[in-house]
Amino acid sequence: MVKYILNRLLVSLITAWVLVTIVFFLVRLLPGDPFLSEKVTPEIKANMMRYYGLDKPIHIQYVTFLQNLLKGDFGYSLRYKNRTVNEVIKQAFPYSADLGIRAVIFATIAGVTLGIIAALNRNRTWDYLAMFIAIVGVSVPSFVIGPLLQYVFATKLNLLPVSQWKGFSYTIMPTFALSLGSLALMARLMRASMLDVVNQDFIKTAKAKGLSPFQIIWKHQVRNAILPVITVLGPVTATLLTGTFVVEQIFAIPGLGKFYVLGIQNLDYSLVLGMTTFYGLFLIAANFVVDIIYGLIDPRIRIAK
Amino acid sequence: MERLLEVKDLQVSFKTYAGEVKAVRGVSFHVDRGETVAVVGESGCGKSVTMQAIMRLIPMPPGVIKNGTIIFDGKDITKLSEKEMEHIRGSEISMVFQDPMTSLNPTMKVGAQIAEGLIKHQKMHPSKAREKAIEMLKLVGIPNAEKRVDQYPHEFSGGMRQRAMIAIALACNPKLLIADEPTTALDVTIQAQILDLMRDLQKKLNTAIIIITHNLGVVANLAQRVLVMYAGKIIERGSLDEIFYNPRHPYTWGLLMSVPTPELDKNKRLASIDGTPPDLFAPPVGCAFAARCEYAMRICYEKYPEDFPVSDGHSAACWLLHPMAPKVKPPVGKGVTL
Ligand SMILES: Nc1ncnc2c1ncn2[C@@H]1O[C@H](COP(=O)(O)OP(=O)(O)OP(=O)(O)O)[C@@H](O)[C@H]1O
Ligand code: SF4
Ligand SMILES: [Mg+2]
Repeated sequence: MVKYILNRLLVSLITAWVLVTIVFFLVRLLPGDPFLSEKVTPEIKANMMRYYGLDKPIHIQYVTFLQNLLKGDFGYSLRYKNRTVNEVIKQAFPYSADLGIRAVIFATIAGVTLGIIAALNRNRTWDYLAMFIAIVGVSVPSFVIGPLLQYVFATKLNLLPVSQWKGFSYTIMPTFALSLGSLALMARLMRASMLDVVNQDFIKTAKAKGLSPFQIIWKHQVRNAILPVITVLGPVTATLLTGTFVVEQIFAIPGLGKFYVLGIQNLDYSLVLGMTTFYGLFLIAANFVVDIIYGLIDPRIRIAK
Repeated sequence: MERLLEVKDLQVSFKTYAGEVKAVRGVSFHVDRGETVAVVGESGCGKSVTMQAIMRLIPMPPGVIKNGTIIFDGKDITKLSEKEMEHIRGSEISMVFQDPMTSLNPTMKVGAQIAEGLIKHQKMHPSKAREKAIEMLKLVGIPNAEKRVDQYPHEFSGGMRQRAMIAIALACNPKLLIADEPTTALDVTIQAQILDLMRDLQKKLNTAIIIITHNLGVVANLAQRVLVMYAGKIIERGSLDEIFYNPRHPYTWGLLMSVPTPELDKNKRLASIDGTPPDLFAPPVGCAFAARCEYAMRICYEKYPEDFPVSDGHSAACWLLHPMAPKVKPPVGKGVTL
C-alpha cells in the first residue's frame, strides 16, 4: 500500500508540474497585455511592466513563478491593487469549495442509490423512473435547471430563498442544480455496473452459500459494482468544482467564479494563472485521494503496483 | 445404503424469445449417503441445469421447473419456501463451480468468504468463524493458513482458489456436495491434486458427491456410479465397472471411444461422435440420439426407448436392448483403459 501511495504521489506531482507549465505559457499566449485598456502613458505602462517583472524574458518569468509557487505564493493581482492572489482565493474559494463538495457528496450518494434502485427493479417502474431522471439530468445543463428551480421553488412556491449563500436552505437549489448532471451519470454507471456484477460467478457462489438476498446485494453485489463509480469520482469532482462558476452566477454566490471571469477579461495574468494553478493542484489532490480510496476498496489495485 | 437424494421425472425449460428450450426432459436418479455419482455427457445436455434445479438456483424467469419432485433428506425441495431453501443451500447441499478464477468475490478476504456461511448457518461468532475458516483452509491443504485467511482471492493461484471454494462448500459439513466441472479450468497436475483432495475429504467427512465432468479419467478416479446424459435425459446409468466394461448405449460407446489412450495407434484417429445433439426447442419424439446413431432402427425414430435393465442398478434407454432387437457387438467395453 505504501508503495502504491508513493507511486500515485509521484504521478500527481509530475501532473502538477506539467499543468502549471502549460497554464503559464497559455496565459502568455493571450493577445494583448494587462494594461492595454488603461489610459496610461507608455512610460507608466513600462514602469508597471517592470514592476511586475513582465519585461523580463519569459523563461526568467517562468522560473520566478515556479519559485514563488513553491513558497505557496501566487503573486499579486495586476488589477486589484494591493491584493495578493492568495487573498482573493482565501476569501472566495471557501464558497466555491463548499458548493462543489456538497454537490459531489449529493451526486454520489443520490446517484449510487438511484442506480441501485434501478438495477434491482430492472425493467420495472422504478427502473424506468430512475433512468428518466438520469436522462433529464444528463441532457439539461445547470444554467437551465438553476433558473427553473428558482422560478418554481422560490418565486412560485416560496419555499426556498432565490439566491445568495447564507445558510442551509440557501444551499439546496444550487447544490441540486450543480450536481444533477453528475448524479445522472453516476446513476447510469451504477445501474450498468450492478447488472454486470449480478451475472458474475461469485454471486452464484454467494447464493449457493445460502445467503439472503439482502446479504448478497450488499456484501457482494454493491461492493463490487461501486468500483467503476469510484473511478469517475475524480473527473466528477473536477467537473463539479469548476462547474460552480456558472451556478455561482445564477445564485449570486460570492465564490471564485466572478474573479475568474473578470481576471480573464482584464488579462490579469497572475490572477488567472494563480487561480488556475490553484484549481489544478486542488483537483490533482482530489484525484490522488480518490486513487487511494480506490486502492482501499479494491485489493487488486493495492497490491498490483 | 440410505437414500439422500431422490430426483423423479425432473423437467426444466427456459422460455426464450425463440421458444421454449427443454433443457431437462424427465430426469430421475438417486444419490445415497456418502457415495460419489458422476454425471457425464456432452456440452448442453442439461447437466448443470439439473444440478441447479436441485439447489433451486435456476434463474426464474426464464427458467421453469415444469414437473418433478426432488426429495432431499426426506423433504421435497421443490415445495420449500425461498427462506427455507436458504437454510439448505451451503448448509446441507453445497456447490463448487467450474471456474475458480471468477467464483470468489474479488473484494472480500478468502477467510471472510468461508466464514460467511458459518455465521449464517451455524450462528457462529465472527471470531470463531474465522478460526474455523483457518481450520478449513488447513483441511483443504493450503499452507500458511493463518496468513492466507486474510488474503484476497487474487493472491491465490487457480488451484488454491479451487481449494478455497471447496473449503467454502464444505465449511458447514453438508450432506451433499455438487461439483460442476471442478477441475476443467485447472491444469493437469492441479486437477489430480484437487481430485485427491475431494476423495480424501469425502472419506473424512462422509459427504455424498455429485460430480459433473467431461473427463472420463475423473469419473474413473472418483465415482462409484455413473449417469450418462444426452439431450436432457439420462440415457444410461450404472456402476463404474458396468459403464466402463459393459456399456450398452451407443452414445456411451461413443463417449468411451473418444478417450485418448496410451496404446492408441499413432496412425489411427481418435474416434469422435459425428453430428450434433438435437435441437432442444423441438426434441425428437423417438430416441434423441437416432440421427447420430449408426445402429438406428425404424422404431428409434418413432418411439422413445424406455429404460431397459441390464443388471442390478445398470440400465440403458436404447432399443438395442429390446429382446427382439438384432444383436450388436459393442465396439468398446473390455478394452478401455484410462
Ligand atoms: N438461463 C438460460 N436461458 C436459456 N437457456 C438456458 C439457460 N441455461 C441453460 N440453458 C440451456 O439449457 C441447456 C442445458 O444447459 P446446461 O448448462 O445444463 O448444459 P451442460 O450439460 O451443463 O453443458 P456444459 O457441459 O457445457 O456445462 C442448454 O441447451 C442451454 O442452452
Ligand atoms: S435407441 Fe436406436 S437410435 Fe437410440 S441409441 Fe439405441 S439404437 Fe441408437
Ligand atoms: Mg455445465
